[in-house]
Amino acid sequence: MSFINYSAREINCKIVYYGPGLCGKTTNLLYIYKKTNPDSKGKMISLATETERTLFFDFLPLSLGSIRGFKVRFHLYTVPGQVFYDASRKLILRGVDGVVFVGDSQVERMEANVESMENLRKNLQEQGFNPDTIPCVVQYNKRDLPNVVPVAEMDKALNARKAPIFEAVAMSGTGVFDTLKEVSKQVILELKKQA
Amino acid sequence: MADSGLVMHEEEFTLIDAELAKLHQQANAKLTFLVDKNGQLITSVGETKGVDTTSLASLTAGNIAATGGMAKLLGEKEFSILFHEGEKDNIHISLIGQRVILVVIFDQRSSLGLVRLRAKKTSDVLVKMFEDIFVKIEKERGVKHAVKSPFAEITEEDIEKLFG
Repeated sequence: MSFINYSAREINCKIVYYGPGLCGKTTNLLYIYKKTNPDSKGKMISLATETERTLFFDFLPLSLGSIRGFKVRFHLYTVPGQVFYDASRKLILRGVDGVVFVGDSQVERMEANVESMENLRKNLQEQGFNPDTIPCVVQYNKRDLPNVVPVAEMDKALNARKAPIFEAVAMSGTGVFDTLKEVSKQVILELKKQA
Repeated sequence: MADSGLVMHEEEFTLIDAELAKLHQQANAKLTFLVDKNGQLITSVGETKGVDTTSLASLTAGNIAATGGMAKLLGEKEFSILFHEGEKDNIHISLIGQRVILVVIFDQRSSLGLVRLRAKKTSDVLVKMFEDIFVKIEKERGVKHAVKSPFAEITEEDIEKLFG
C-alpha cells in the first residue's frame, strides 16, 4: 500500500522479494545495499537466525530521487523462504505494492520454486490481491551454477502470467538492478493507473 | 488492490502533527511517532537525532503484525497495546483504528501510567481523524481526478531518470 504524503512531498512504496529458502532474496538486498550511494539508502535491517537464515524479514529503505517534485522511496523487504515460516510471509505481504519472485535455477530446487510460487499466489489472494495483475517480476537466480534449468523450462513451471523475467547472479550483482528497476517501474505505472 | 493507499494532504497532516506534539508534551516523552500498519512512517515528534526512524517504523509494524498473528492463534481479535521495557528507554505501542500505530518512547522522566493515559486520549482523537481521511480517500477515488495525483501525468522518461 503506497503512502502519498503531500505535506512532505513524498511517496513510499513497498516491494517484497519472495522465493524458496536460500534462493538469494537477502543476497539481492545486500547487493543493492552495497552498491547504493550512502545518501540514498537507510540502514539495512536483517532479522535472521544465528546461521544467517532470515527469521522474519530483511528491510532496506531506498530513496531513488524525485518525480514531479515528489521524493520517491521504496521499502524493500524479503520474506523468510523456509516453508514453516508461512505465517510471517503472510504478514510481510500486507500492503505490498510490487513483488519480485526469486527462483533458484538449480535443478534440485525446482520443486521448492514451484511450491513457493504457489504459496505466493495463495498468500497474495488471501491478502486481497490479484496474483495475476499485481506488479511482479520473476528473477531466475544463480545462473552461474553448472546444473541450471533452462530459462524456458523455468518459465513454463513458474511464470504462467508471463511477468517480465531476469536472469541473475545475485552474488556478483548480475541482473539485480535490472530486476529492481523493472518492478519499480511497474509499481509507479500502477500508481499512475490509479491516479 | 487489497487496501486503498494512504494519501495525506497538508491540512490533515498539520492536524495530526499538532495532536502528536500535544501527546509528546503531555506524556513527557522522548520520541513520539505514528506509523502506518504497513511500516511507513507518517510523522514523528521529539528527539529523532541519531535515531533511524524509518527502520524503527518498519520494525514496529512488524512487531504489531507478529503480535496480531499471535492474537489470532489464541482466538483474540488483537493485542492493541504493546509495552517494551528497557534499562533506560521504554516503548509504548498502541494500535489505532486498525490502520495506524502510535509509538511513544519515554525514559525515567515519565511513567507507564502517564503514557498509557495520554496515549489513550490521543488515540480517541486520532481514530476520528483517520476515519475522516479514509472516507475522503474513498470519496476522491470515486470522483476521478478530483485531486490531481502527482503520478497522473508521469512518463516512462520520468521513471528512467530515477535510475540515472
